[in-house]
Order: sequence, then C-alpha cells, then structure tokens
Amino acid sequence: MNKEEFGFESIQLGHGSGGSMTRDLLDKIVFKTFSNPFLDQKHDGAIVSFNNRIAISTDSFVVSPIFFKGGNIGELAVHGTVNDVAMCGAIPKYLSLAFIVEEGLKIDEFISIVNSIKKAADDSGVQIITGDTKVVERGKGDKIFINTTGFGEVNPKANISAENIKVGDKILLNGFIAQHGMAIMSEREGLEFESSIESDTTNLNYLVNDLINEYGDKIHLFRDPTRGGVASVLSEISQDIGKGVTIYEDFIPLEKQVAAACEILGLDPLYVANEGVFMVIVDDSIHKEVLNFMQKDLKGQNAAYIGEITQYHPGKVVMQSTIGGKRIVSPLIGEQLPRIC
Amino acid sequence: MKYLTEYRNLEATKSYLDLIEKTVTKPWKVMEICGGQTHGLVRNGILDLLPEKVQMIHGPGCPVCVTPLNLIDKAIELLEQGVIVCSFGDMIRVPGSKKSLLEAKSNGGDLRILYSPIEAVKIARNNPDKEVVFFAVGFETTAPANALSVLHAQKEGLKNYSILVSHVLVPPAMEAILDDEFCNINAFLGAGHVCAIMGYKEYYPLAKKYKIPIVITGFEPLDLVQGIYMAVKQLEDGIHEVENQYARVVKEEGNIAAISVINQVFEIGAREWRGIGEIPDSGYVLTKQFKEFDAELKFGISNIKVPENPNCIAGEILRGIKKPNQCNQFGKLCTPSNPLGAPMVSSEGACAAYYHFSSNI
Repeated sequence: MNKEEFGFESIQLGHGSGGSMTRDLLDKIVFKTFSNPFLDQKHDGAIVSFNNRIAISTDSFVVSPIFFKGGNIGELAVHGTVNDVAMCGAIPKYLSLAFIVEEGLKIDEFISIVNSIKKAADDSGVQIITGDTKVVERGKGDKIFINTTGFGEVNPKANISAENIKVGDKILLNGFIAQHGMAIMSEREGLEFESSIESDTTNLNYLVNDLINEYGDKIHLFRDPTRGGVASVLSEISQDIGKGVTIYEDFIPLEKQVAAACEILGLDPLYVANEGVFMVIVDDSIHKEVLNFMQKDLKGQNAAYIGEITQYHPGKVVMQSTIGGKRIVSPLIGEQLPRIC
Repeated sequence: MKYLTEYRNLEATKSYLDLIEKTVTKPWKVMEICGGQTHGLVRNGILDLLPEKVQMIHGPGCPVCVTPLNLIDKAIELLEQGVIVCSFGDMIRVPGSKKSLLEAKSNGGDLRILYSPIEAVKIARNNPDKEVVFFAVGFETTAPANALSVLHAQKEGLKNYSILVSHVLVPPAMEAILDDEFCNINAFLGAGHVCAIMGYKEYYPLAKKYKIPIVITGFEPLDLVQGIYMAVKQLEDGIHEVENQYARVVKEEGNIAAISVINQVFEIGAREWRGIGEIPDSGYVLTKQFKEFDAELKFGISNIKVPENPNCIAGEILRGIKKPNQCNQFGKLCTPSNPLGAPMVSSEGACAAYYHFSSNI
C-alpha cells in the first residue's frame, strides 16, 4: 500500500469519524496488513481461549520523535507490551492495538509504522486481534500515540514474584544499558548530536521463556527497566522486598559511545530508558549457569552479573564505585535534567 | 574513553588516598569550589575514603544554586508574557517565590531546554514574530557561549533575541567566603572548568593575601584525590601557592579566544548571589553597546524583588558554614521533589548530592 493507492497524502479528521473514510483506512491499511482469523471477523472485539493462567499488560506509547535511530513508535509499541507480558513469566500471544492519530500525519509515515508493527508482531509470535483508530485535531496530539494491550499464557514452570527474592540472590542484566534513551535524546530538538547510537528496542520473550523452561522456579523475578532506567527498577524492588541491593559500577554493561554521550550531556546511564534490556534475579546457586545460558543467545550476548540482594541497608540500593567508594542509588525524581556545565 | 577510564582507575586513586593518609598530621578543612566536584566526591564515595583529619567543605560553585530567586520569577514573568524562554536543564525545577519554570511551562508557557545558547538564536531566527530569551546563568564557564549568542544575534540583525543575565564570578565569591567571620577553611580546590576559560592568574593575589593554598582541580576521582593531596601537602609544608592539578585542560592564561568574546559583550558589575546577597564586582553585566539584548530592560522586569524562604539555609550551605545534613529541613520539608531551595534541585547542588548519594548508607 502507498499513498497513491490510498488516495490521501495525510490522515484527515474524517478517518476517525467511524464512517466510510474510517472503513477505507482500516480495510486498505490496517486489516490488510494484520489479517488473521480473529481480526478478519471485523467485529468490535475478539474471542479467544486460553488453557492456563493468563498475564495481561497494557502500555501507551507517546515517544517523540516517532522515528528514531534503530526503530519507530510502532515496533516500540509491540516490543514494550510483549516484554511486559514476558516479564510475568508468560508467553505473549495476542495484542490489542489502538491508535490516536493527529490530523495531518503523513500517510506514508502511518503505513511505515503499521508495517513495523506487523513485522515486530510476527517476530514476537503475537497476533493483533482487536483495535481502535481515533483522529484528533491538529495540535491536540503529537503525530501519533499508540496503546497496546498484551495477553499471554503463563508458563506453568514459572513462579515469578518479588516475594521469592532472598538475601544472596544474584542480579543479572541481558545487555548494554541506556541505548534507547540516548538514541532518542540524540534526536531531540536543541540537543542533536552526531552519534550512531541506536535504540535497543527488541522483543525479549523468547529468551525469557527459554530461561524459565531451563531454570524454573529458581528464577525469582524478571523486570524490564524502561523509563527510569535500571536505578529506578532496583530502587522499587529494594523498597518492595524490604531488603538491600548492592551493585557494582564496574560490572554494569555500558557501551563506550553511550557512556561518552551520557558524560557529555551530564546524564547518569543508570536512569536512562531501555527497551531491549531485562533484569533477572536468580537463586545464588545457578547464577553462573544462567549467565552462560544468556550469553549464548543473541539477545543476551553482553549479559552481565551486576550485583546481589543483601541483608544490609534494607530498602536501599548501594553502588560500589569503580574506585571502591559507596553511594546510594536513589529512584529517579521527575525527568533527568541535563546540567549546566 | 581516554581521560575517563584512566582517571577512574582504582589503583591510581588508592595510591593518592594512601599518600594523603601518610601526609596528614593535623585536621584540615578543604573547600571544593565547584558543585561538579562536590558531586564527584559524593558520587564516587570519596568522602568516606578520606582520612578523618581531612574534611571537605562544599563550596558555592553551583550556578543554579547561586542564581537569585527574583531572576527565576523574572523568567517566569517572561514565560507568562508569551515569550519563548530557553534555559539550561537544571534551572527549570528550581523553585521561584511561587512556582518553578517547569510549573509555568505546564501552565502553557513556551519553555525550551537547551544545551547551547546558540540554539536559542536559531529559535529566534525561526520564530521572527515571537520574542526569545535565553536564561544566561552560570559562572565564567558558560559566559563565552552566552556572549557568543549575543554576537551571533547582532550579526544576523535579530531584534527578537535577548538574554536574562545572572552571571557570577568565582574569585569574588572566594573572597567573600574568606572575609566571613565564620570562615574556617584552610585550602581551596579551584574549579577546573572555570579555570579552563579564565586561567588561574587571578588566584595569585588571593593565595597571597589570605595565605591559603589553591589547587586548580578536575572532576574525576583521580583528579579529586590528587587535588586534595596537593592541598594537604601544601598545608602540612606550611606553604600557600596556586597549583594546577588539572593541567591537561587548564592553562595559566586560560582560553584567550573565549575571554575575548566575554570581554566584547560583558563587563564586570555588582551581582546578587542567592543566599549570600549582593557582592560588588562579582558578576557580568551586558556592556552599554549590547544593552538592547538585556531582557530585563527590554521587558521592564528589573523591579521584581522577592524574599527568600526563611526555612532554607542555602546561604550557609553555599558559604560552607553548614553541611546539608545539618539543616533541620533536610530530607523532611525539603526534598528533591519538593525543594525549599536551589541546592536541593541542581545536579550540582550540595543538598541534592547528599540526598541522592549519601543519605544514611
């Protein structure tokens, strides 16, 4: 599909009216791209069956710019929700997909986003089974917002809960942090800097499921540190379980270019957003095996052990610095602000 | 990552910590001038690694912290008049007398966060029917770029660009601290980035007059411990000289091109310091020739004056008389999400450094 076949260069208010223009947009682009037995019913909702417990997660995506190095808002909307479902120890199967489009969005951009969603969904093994499209007046949105809700079957071997975490458990990360946030930052108005940093947006469900199949209930928790970064997730965990967390600055996987960009902009990579990173907290007895297992997978090849759960400083995350000092890692408050000099 | 990994090296840092331990015989109080240094010390856990006899006192070198309250109110007034206000990032959460710039933005103000004032000139060019003001705060470090933005705007003939100036200078602040009757500081770590611009000749008279060692120091862990060692060594040897630890960046004469840009646009004048008050000849003001770029005159907002929050002891913090955790409001009434004063907000503020990195480990 291209703009010539569609007949409009950009999305009009009428495309959200519910009338024939809406139908045209859906038939020619949305239904055509995502066609599957559920969606082809063209009903208001979808009816699905599950055999086991199900995990549900929803997320709204408002990223700006909508196209960035390494991805766009469409694949982000799939990966984000797929990963949230996977973090529950579930195998994601279905997604709902809702667009809020600002009048005037170029149809080429919309098609490109829809195609990215299709590819990301196929790669993640999920189907789009229901959705919605609304159009708002120019100035009332920011090009396009997307909401997705994911449904997945919980792996019977999984027992994922913060309650299972105990002193001595080890904390592992699957790869380099801060890639997504810095890729977005490098394209924001007024902050542009030249770099080849790409967003790490990707689906993590297969590796997560493989880990559950292999190690079962010795895996205590999965979390993906998206907004707020690794620091905020660790702070939350530490407060929730009332135990301390110790991490080691030297062990945090950080790519050189990203580290340099963070230095230049005065940002702490521990607070920068990720979209293809997950943290797994595992029983002490298996952490080396898990690390080896992760490192053999493409999405875990830079996996690293970064710290552990401790009986000391309950409710707080303490980082041991490269030079042997200690500091508290507090949760992010508001947005991370670039500093003056 | 040259210059980073090497200056965060465990062995090298340890060897200087050992040297400090071996050298020190008496208790000394060393003030690091710059907020970037304060954060380096706290973030890397250096304060806990120093011998007890060496006590670090946190100085006034946080540009956000010393910017007077009324300047923030002036910037907010401009936002509310429909002006596009451009600012460095950490200025926007600092509370004014009623609200912060961030709150004014959420009420509809057009606030842009920038890394460079040159970007603000671009915004002025692209919005000819709007007024654009850059909130030009900071020490000598940010002055060249702010001055350059004015030169660019002048060259392009832009009539819709001006700057709200609150530039302050380090040496007068050091002198004010040393003249304070409560001052008990034995040595200074000079601010590396400020000296990268200005050089360090202007510190010779200070070291001589007050018989105080001044070591120009960088920001990485190794820089900081080496700077502290050099200061302690001078104190133990009974000498008081200006030394340059940060020689890979700082030259004695400074950055001549940058100084020349500053001198074209600014001249030295009286400035108000938040929590300290007015200090004569302590900052930059626009020269007569560039008055048309002075946002205060352009928008008639010079008369906005507001009192400080009486619960905030920022003045004593900035003068090194008290430490953040000696404030009754620290972590209680005053937190980064609800700050009473600027030192709790800025990433270089001493209170924020204590709150984020070192509270009750």
